[in-house]
Amino acid sequence: MSIQRLALSKFRGVIPGNPACSGCPHNIGLKIVGKTIGDKVILVVPAGCTSIISGYWPRSGLEFPILHVPFASAAAVASGLKAALESRGEDGVVVVWSGDGGAADIGFATLSGAAVRNDDILVIVSDNEAYMNTGVQASGTTMWKALTTTSPVIGKTEEKKDIALIMLLHKVPYVATASIAYPTDLAEKIERAVSIRGFKLIHLHSPCPPGWRFDADKTIAIAKLAIETGAWILWEYNNGSFKISPQSKLYTDKSKRKPLSEYLKMQGRFMHLTDEDIRGIENKIDENWKLILELEKYYSTKR
Amino acid sequence: MIRKALIGSHAIAMAVKLANVEVISAYPITPQTIIVEKIADMIERGELKAEYIRVESEHSALAVVYGASAGGSRVFTATSSHGLLYMYEMLWWVANSRLPVVMAVVTRSIGPPWNIHTDHQDVLSVRDSGWIIGFAENVQEVLDMTLQAYKISEDRRVLLPSIIALDGFILSHTSEPVVIPEPSEVNEWLPPRKPLPFKVEAGKFFAVGNLGPDDVTMELRWYIWRAMERAKYTINEVSLDYAKRFNTGSPAGLLETYRTTDAKYIAISMGSWSGDIKEAIDILRDEGYSVGLIRLRYIRPFPLEELRDIVSSAKALIVFDRAVSMGHQGILGMEVVSATNSKIPVKNIIAGLGGVDVSHHDFSNIIRGFIEEYESGLSIEWSIPEWYMPWMIKESEER
Repeated sequence: MSIQRLALSKFRGVIPGNPACSGCPHNIGLKIVGKTIGDKVILVVPAGCTSIISGYWPRSGLEFPILHVPFASAAAVASGLKAALESRGEDGVVVVWSGDGGAADIGFATLSGAAVRNDDILVIVSDNEAYMNTGVQASGTTMWKALTTTSPVIGKTEEKKDIALIMLLHKVPYVATASIAYPTDLAEKIERAVSIRGFKLIHLHSPCPPGWRFDADKTIAIAKLAIETGAWILWEYNNGSFKISPQSKLYTDKSKRKPLSEYLKMQGRFMHLTDEDIRGIENKIDENWKLILELEKYYSTKR
Repeated sequence: MIRKALIGSHAIAMAVKLANVEVISAYPITPQTIIVEKIADMIERGELKAEYIRVESEHSALAVVYGASAGGSRVFTATSSHGLLYMYEMLWWVANSRLPVVMAVVTRSIGPPWNIHTDHQDVLSVRDSGWIIGFAENVQEVLDMTLQAYKISEDRRVLLPSIIALDGFILSHTSEPVVIPEPSEVNEWLPPRKPLPFKVEAGKFFAVGNLGPDDVTMELRWYIWRAMERAKYTINEVSLDYAKRFNTGSPAGLLETYRTTDAKYIAISMGSWSGDIKEAIDILRDEGYSVGLIRLRYIRPFPLEELRDIVSSAKALIVFDRAVSMGHQGILGMEVVSATNSKIPVKNIIAGLGGVDVSHHDFSNIIRGFIEEYESGLSIEWSIPEWYMPWMIKESEER
């Protein structure tokens, strides 16, 4: 899907002036979801930032059919809703729009259940790497060393959980990573995902200005730097084919990557890092690349 | 109409089939499991056309039927004990969304210790959540109340979810003769669900469950409270209509009375042990005691007016509780005391917790003692509930 097609889509989805923070990545992601899927979309939203962005009754900050649901229930609600549509032969693309907590932490069992059943839903995990809605507490997907309000001095001491790979090993037909800085890549991935029957998940990298402590006009710049430094890798698994996406392909070669410190130093949550810490994060990123490249190789020889 | 021996769990499954339920979610927990097993069997044999979703937890079991009900489907799930507690959050979400979900709760004790036998602690812990809660006495009533639950919950005056509670093993696993209504007659009586109060569908922009202002939140609670009040009439209406049409023998209404006319002393209970209490009443009547039983068929909505009316000329009441509010009294006991405005002395017996068996013999002893205490002016001591402990049962057997 070209950027022009995205721009031409009449589906509004996100209403200007909604209660999202300035520079909010969820608004960007939701806009792309709406414009890509259009009138067929139904959102299921667990507790999180989007519960707020959706706005105060009787007004709405979003123009979608939305079912707001408890934190740990989204994927199961989506399964039930899809079953209701199917039992009556009705159309509708059921999309779980979740944060990292709702998908990878408290909602993980539910997500896993829906994946095991291969229910015909699309789950988009808009990962801002902490519990932002409640005021930046560390989550399972918060990066190692990142400062949050529950890791306020030395930073998070545990690893970032890779929800996309975990879901890949559920043997579902479609899993991809994406970034709000690459709207056409995200739109194409959504398009491909919804064309497939079964469980689909897109792990969306969503830098959060207040949570990561950077200026609200830098959301896209930070998201792009995550790709350019190799800290976030775009890939797509589609029914047996595993490919690093073109936007990340270049950075397979480490020498092509920008220095990691450029990405980290723009964020207040990493201001306390020593050079050793930065090397530590870099090592983790290198290890991740190795794993992703191995997976690409594995799936290409398998074919 | 046919007559068949069914266990309680299969009676539930039969009702689900007769109600043409469209989406079912299933998670096992003893003693509920055979309900969802039977439904799976019906679907795989092609006897019931429905979506059957095997979930990974009870929280998801209720979440699935919540989603399906929001999509306009008639739904069912079932659980027990810890499963019900694990659903707790979703229970409120379903009720506050006004969706007519129907769920069977096979009552079971809460651990530790692990114990799979019945008491009412599990289902009464969700008493305040906005669900209609009915208690069956026998397998016939299990089937009848489940079918009626769809008609009651989906009624536009009500639009609240329903729980049908049946005692673990005593009803769920015990075979009794059951009158099964004719499917064509049920179809006529219970047409497909109208998607009320709303239906989530593509292309229709509206949000369910989004942020609400404080005053609106309170207003919505008031609507639920009023719907519960209206549900009293709907339950009466639906169960009377059902009794007339299908003549299965189950009583209609929010409560059943047994030999209460002119009774000076009235026992109050819920669930399957009410059958044993009826036997005790017969024994005591034969001995010349003026005693009867009120069996609550529904605890939510609470049959306040009916109960007050029936007990108005009684001297004293005895409430048998299979659940207790730690730090206060038996839960049904509290309900009865509040319903009677403390105008009538109430003795509250806590018994049968963890499935401890209480026989008609025990009940007649307890009720006899209660009457003797009242007549010798000892009712002043009834402010604290009396625990009828297992060793007391042994003593009474030895006597």
